[in-house]
Amino acid sequence: MSTRTLMKDPLNLIIIGAAGQGNVQISLLIGDALVQEGYLVTFGQTYGATQRGGTVTNYLRISQDIQCSPIVPEGKADVVLALEPVEAMRVLRRYGNPGVITIVNARAIHPIDITGGKLAYPDVDDLLHAITRLSARTWVVNATEEAQQLGNPILANTILTGALIGSGALPLDKETMEPLLMERFPKAVEANLMALSRGIDLVNQGGG
Amino acid sequence: MPDIDVDAPGRTVLLMGNEAVARGALEAGVGFAASYPGTPSSEILPAIADVAARRGIYAEWSVNEKVAIESATAASLAGIRAMASMKQNGVNVISDFLANLVMSGVGAGLLLVSCDDPGQRNSSNEQDTRPIAKWLDFPLLEPGDFQEAKDMTKWLFDVSEEFDTVCMLRCVSKISHTRGNVTLGELPAPQYRISFEADKRERGRGSRRHDDLHRRLARAQRRFEQSPFNRYVGPDRPELLIITCGSCWLHSQEAVRLLDLEDRVGILKLGTCWPLPERLIERHLAKSNEVLFVEEIDPFLERSVMELTSALSAMGPRPVFYGKRSGHVNAYGELTPDLVINAIASVMGLTYQARDKEYDREIEALPRGYVVPRAGTLCPGCPHRASFWAIKNAIRMDGRDGFITNDIGCYGVGPTPAGFFVGRDGYCMGSGAGVASGFGKLGQFGFTQPVLAACGDSTFYHAAIPALIDGIHNNSNFILVVFDNSATAMTGFQPHPGIATNAMGGPARVVSIEALCRAMDVRVEVCDPFDLKNTTATLLDMMAMDGGVRVAIMKRQCELTRARQEGPPFKVHVDPDKCVGEECGCDRLCTRIFLCPGLRWNRNTGKAEIDEVICSGCGVCADICPQGAIIREAA
Repeated sequence: MSTRTLMKDPLNLIIIGAAGQGNVQISLLIGDALVQEGYLVTFGQTYGATQRGGTVTNYLRISQDIQCSPIVPEGKADVVLALEPVEAMRVLRRYGNPGVITIVNARAIHPIDITGGKLAYPDVDDLLHAITRLSARTWVVNATEEAQQLGNPILANTILTGALIGSGALPLDKETMEPLLMERFPKAVEANLMALSRGIDLVNQGGG
Repeated sequence: MPDIDVDAPGRTVLLMGNEAVARGALEAGVGFAASYPGTPSSEILPAIADVAARRGIYAEWSVNEKVAIESATAASLAGIRAMASMKQNGVNVISDFLANLVMSGVGAGLLLVSCDDPGQRNSSNEQDTRPIAKWLDFPLLEPGDFQEAKDMTKWLFDVSEEFDTVCMLRCVSKISHTRGNVTLGELPAPQYRISFEADKRERGRGSRRHDDLHRRLARAQRRFEQSPFNRYVGPDRPELLIITCGSCWLHSQEAVRLLDLEDRVGILKLGTCWPLPERLIERHLAKSNEVLFVEEIDPFLERSVMELTSALSAMGPRPVFYGKRSGHVNAYGELTPDLVINAIASVMGLTYQARDKEYDREIEALPRGYVVPRAGTLCPGCPHRASFWAIKNAIRMDGRDGFITNDIGCYGVGPTPAGFFVGRDGYCMGSGAGVASGFGKLGQFGFTQPVLAACGDSTFYHAAIPALIDGIHNNSNFILVVFDNSATAMTGFQPHPGIATNAMGGPARVVSIEALCRAMDVRVEVCDPFDLKNTTATLLDMMAMDGGVRVAIMKRQCELTRARQEGPPFKVHVDPDKCVGEECGCDRLCTRIFLCPGLRWNRNTGKAEIDEVICSGCGVCADICPQGAIIREAA
């Protein structure tokens, strides 16, 4: 078991993004790591439409003594990892509370009502300010841009996983995640390890 | 997650409910598994198929659910433990076979796994399959967590053999598609004793009498009284007794904790949901004055327990029952911890504050526009978008208000903006062709609108063929449009009879849709939907040829499977000098109507642009821009 302990029990982590962003993969990676560390984990999901474009919400419930419900009760999120700013706000509206820790990827993914010009995407800076106000601690991470610099935008997910580990909100460390990443992405080991470190560095450098 | 057949008894892993079911089947020594893909059941069969070769198992994607259970029954009769898994709609498809199967008994253990989808997030309907076990008289278990999903599956093969009947495991999506801790058990070495004595008894036609079936079920009921899958937690004499099953057990446990009622509220969690453990329930009913039923979709436990109490003459005053009948619990949709909290609080006269009130006020004060809706659409580069575009334009040019009768699959978006509203309805697998065949016979009543039936490639084999034959034989008037993307895409790219690979990764014979249709002697056209011009012209010509059945096959590989094999074919960009934005008469055709997520409207520049992270490089949009402003270059 990891030397770290849970800041509370159960600890409720919500990972949210637009369908197709790969948020299920991150959630699974973290879930596997936590079970390996000896915790009882329930990993539930809700999603909108099945096709591309809807919201996917992943609930990871972590406990030392109870197999939790697959859905986080309203107002009970402890940690939010949002792959997209509007999604961070969506999750805070329902599950936020004054103690919540939020990590958010700054890059917007426009829903079809916005790409079609029917609605406007809110001003990202305003949105990020509101997210920060609603969270006890916030890290805004430019994960997509960082990932493009590393050569592939999909690495944003590993960068965000790094940010989550670096934030110290979960009882997980880099040494636990590295072998799991190597097992999961055997064809892109180097890139993923680099992305993980980059994510950890990003939260240690600033934000909050 | 390691392979599902990892030989590590005692090891705890994070398993999806569907994987836990597959593992349970392996631990029971299953030899034959069949299924038709349908969310939320789709992951069970692949988990078994992936390890089938090395464990001596046979696994297949059947053409439909009925053939899946029929095939599994054959294996059972020959002495091989067998299972068929499906979503709720599949249980409707197999009901006729099942109604006959229950009368005749089984050979080796035979298991039906039904995965229900409360809230119909991935389904054409919302439906509770539990009543079929009560209706047709066979045992039904429902797991309350992931460990139980595995352990119950394993045990049900024993139950099936002991009581000589098919058994059913019902899972809801919050078990099937959710992951939790599962401690693995022993894997037996596969060993089968093949024997089928066909003349021993005539099977499958009421060879055993109905009364014998009732006797077997009564014996199963006595066994279920002792089952560890029925559990009670709470005080000896609770003020409120919750009776629950499935994932609602997890919600209920948590709701009681959050309300701090562990000393006042008890939970009776049932695993053997049919036949019910009547004595056990009776004992608990005697200890509480108030009972709340927490279950998803139908009031199955609620009504069954009420029937039971009516029959219990010796019972004293009956408790007050709360649940769906009283309006405390929804008889539709998914339940959540909060819905259960509200139900308990309402029955007990408590108030519950989910979070700090000041925080709520802050949330309320935020601009509404901060949370924009995220509607679903077809993927970037989806061939169906191009097909719908061609159909929309052909219907418009034809000018007789033609329409599509829809079916089940990704192309089910026909009646929505993503399908440009060309679809009019949509029921079940194969109904597009069947309903079109009906419309096409209404000419004598003065019906003149062109009718197009939608059907996917997998749907074609599953259920559209009889409707197509009906239409041809009865001289109906419609065009069957096959959206052939060479995949059962909506459920995760399972192979079907049009693919040269089987579920276990081995070679399979291809049954060609085109050849089948041509053999029926009707006009068949194969179109590449990415060639918008020719596809539209072909459809228009087929519509003009009024009378009889015609088949248009829209053939283009699913973009998601294509992108796994190769990079994008084109690099696409918008030439800002050519895009005239709002000045163009197109009214933002590419972003507002075509609705590909890779195209976006830039409100600042007033022009369209490509989102290079999203764009799949299919290049189809270059053909829809009236100004030629979307530029497609070889990647």
